[in-house]
Amino acid sequence: MDIVSKQREKIHPHKFIMWVAIGSILMMFAGLTSAYIVKSNQANWEEVQTPQAFWWSTAAILLSSLTIQMALRAFKQRAMQQYRLLIALTVGLGIAFVVLQWIGFNWLWDGGVRFIGAGAGQFLYIIAGLHALHVIGGMVALTVIFLKAFFGKTRSYSSVPVEVAATYWHFVDLLWLYLLIFFVWLG
Amino acid sequence: MNENITPNVPPGTTASHGGLHTGHDGNGHGHDDHHHKQSFVSKYIFSMDHKTIAKQFLITGIIWAIVGGLFSVLFRLQLAYPDETFPILETFFGRWAKGGQIQPEFYYALITMHGTVLVFFVLTGGLSGTFANLLIPLQVGARDMASPFMNMLSYWFFFLASVVMFSSLFVQTGPASGGWTSYPPLSALQGAAEGSKIGMDLWIVSMALFVVSSLLGGLNYIATILNMRTKGMSMTRMPLTMWAILFTAILGVLSFPVLLSGFILLLFDRNLGTSFYLSDIVLNGQILPNEGGSAILYQHLFWFLGHPEVYIIILPAMGLVSEVMSVNARKPIFGYMAMVGSLLAITILAFLVWAHHMFVSGLNPFLGSVFVLLTLLIAIPSAIKVFNWITTLWRGNIRFTPGMMFSIGFVSMFISGGLTGIWLGNSTLDIHLHDTYFVVAHFHIVMGVSAFFGMFAGVYHWFPKMFGRYLNNTLAYIHFWVTLVGAYLIFWPMHYQGLAGVPRRYVDFRLWSSFNHFTDLNKMITVVSIIVFAVQLMFVFNFFYSIFKGRKVRSTNPWGSNTLEWTTPINPGHGNWPGEIPEVHRWAYDYGKDGRDHIMQTEPLNPNETKH
Repeated sequence: MDIVSKQREKIHPHKFIMWVAIGSILMMFAGLTSAYIVKSNQANWEEVQTPQAFWWSTAAILLSSLTIQMALRAFKQRAMQQYRLLIALTVGLGIAFVVLQWIGFNWLWDGGVRFIGAGAGQFLYIIAGLHALHVIGGMVALTVIFLKAFFGKTRSYSSVPVEVAATYWHFVDLLWLYLLIFFVWLG
Repeated sequence: MNENITPNVPPGTTASHGGLHTGHDGNGHGHDDHHHKQSFVSKYIFSMDHKTIAKQFLITGIIWAIVGGLFSVLFRLQLAYPDETFPILETFFGRWAKGGQIQPEFYYALITMHGTVLVFFVLTGGLSGTFANLLIPLQVGARDMASPFMNMLSYWFFFLASVVMFSSLFVQTGPASGGWTSYPPLSALQGAAEGSKIGMDLWIVSMALFVVSSLLGGLNYIATILNMRTKGMSMTRMPLTMWAILFTAILGVLSFPVLLSGFILLLFDRNLGTSFYLSDIVLNGQILPNEGGSAILYQHLFWFLGHPEVYIIILPAMGLVSEVMSVNARKPIFGYMAMVGSLLAITILAFLVWAHHMFVSGLNPFLGSVFVLLTLLIAIPSAIKVFNWITTLWRGNIRFTPGMMFSIGFVSMFISGGLTGIWLGNSTLDIHLHDTYFVVAHFHIVMGVSAFFGMFAGVYHWFPKMFGRYLNNTLAYIHFWVTLVGAYLIFWPMHYQGLAGVPRRYVDFRLWSSFNHFTDLNKMITVVSIIVFAVQLMFVFNFFYSIFKGRKVRSTNPWGSNTLEWTTPINPGHGNWPGEIPEVHRWAYDYGKDGRDHIMQTEPLNPNETKH
């Protein structure tokens, strides 16, 4: 017996949970970016230049969306060798993304953007930092899935966990695109 | 096992939900699992059974309610007897009550923690956590939540938040003391007050953990209600409890993250030197370097949650009351679709009225008038609900069970408190009434006491389902009457104090000769508060005593109710139904239909019956 059953042939509850969670995470970033807009109209607002590294990190995370989609397809075709490789690649690109964000933060910091103040730079640390935390969360989930594919005691035929992870990964990708456009536009 | 279910189980998910079982004898208390032994820890502590998690939420909520209630008794002592000394307080609280008198700093900490504890830990965690967990799988016909693991995490984040908040009571500089709203700059500057030091950091951390708990719970509630209903359980056949909890969860999932973002900025301002909320401040004669921040920004972020939060508190109570009232009036709920529609309308309006908390904070008056209009619109769905409750009672065959008494009490409280909402929703009146006892009276009646009444209705009604025993009725009726009369005696006079201009949150009014005539009134309020608090302790005694010694439930459906939870065994095991999950053929409110007392949802339609 299982709790999660297709009682009514609807969307799998775990997938649905992910969609609602995405809505919830979006609200947090909506709160932060609207705070950014409100603040940017007030005195002592300082703009910053978007770090060069952010463009490279954008490329990395866009590419990782592609690899996780291919991983999902490989899983559905039961091409497990290929699937493991692609998941590992996705995690690798995720690490590259976070490292590049870190480099971008360092560049800003060395350029004199500190926590003192309340301009675009301080918001950028917080908003991009929180986004990076969400990417790290996704990487932890992918690593768990990856380890299960190697060491799992039971063989798993359900694509639901991989699909949920892929949905989340595409979401943090698109969220970053939104944030980047937002920073470039208003920063 | 259900033939319809097993073959469709997505393979591979079984492993992650292993250890599930159903009791054969339908007596899941202690000796139900012959073939799958659960340890004490996995059964009662790190349990994934939604019913156990519900009890964990309820008992944690009860403990918090005692703590939060005790705080109010303490600060009421100060308000009524500012000249007296209570040496016993010094014994317990040391320098916070030097010479047996509550010190101003301690007073502010008490009101702050009273608000925080009651609003979040009791009426959000304790109320939603208990009844969403208990009722969702039982009433929609599911074995458990969509993700039992996340559900367990939800409780343990709540527990962790509780531990952090509780520990803040014992730090050297005391707990947070800037009000439950924690407005900057008071909350953002360590040097602003004793309570703005480590106590404030612990408050923010605890609240962040609480937000995580609410989100994990809310995601599960939504997914379970929308995706895991049993065969035949269409949305419009669900009991109103489910609708109310669904909308509550949607409100929480959309508004709590915004609060979290506000707290993150506050943490940075406190500890890393940013100035999101700080500008042009002189603190203890020192000019601070912070510039360009806006304290109003925090108020926007806070009240974008803060206002939906009051509906997060009241909607589940409304759902519980609707269900208990219909069962005990032996009548279908009046205007089922209007009830659902008004819940939806309240949910939408909840997001559009937050600035009515900020009428006097320098908000553009034109913007204020828009928020006045939107705020007053809430009167419409609220009035629809009140009308429907009263018409449900009308010519009903009312059984005055304790649950029913509290439901009727809820309607009384909700009307009394709701009417003053119309006053406060007007920005012009708010100039006079804001931050006075009028506001205190309003929200305590309409949100605090009402939600407690809904919660009590739920506890008395579903206690037999939770523990297989009844609460003691005599104690229950004493509990009800003293609480109802007491709540009115406490809060009704506060309206007059507020109209006279008595400000809230003030520690001492002795030098304010224009308020001298309220001295005796304040004493009366305090005495009644102590009596009402004592009666709540009696309820707590009744609760714990009845878990072990209460009268046993002998039938599966003691209230003659239609909903699915009463088709389970008296003490259901994990999985709820020993056999198949029942199929649903009708809505939840067929009471007194075709000359029959009640027709359960599982009963198929007659050939000449119309579908609902």
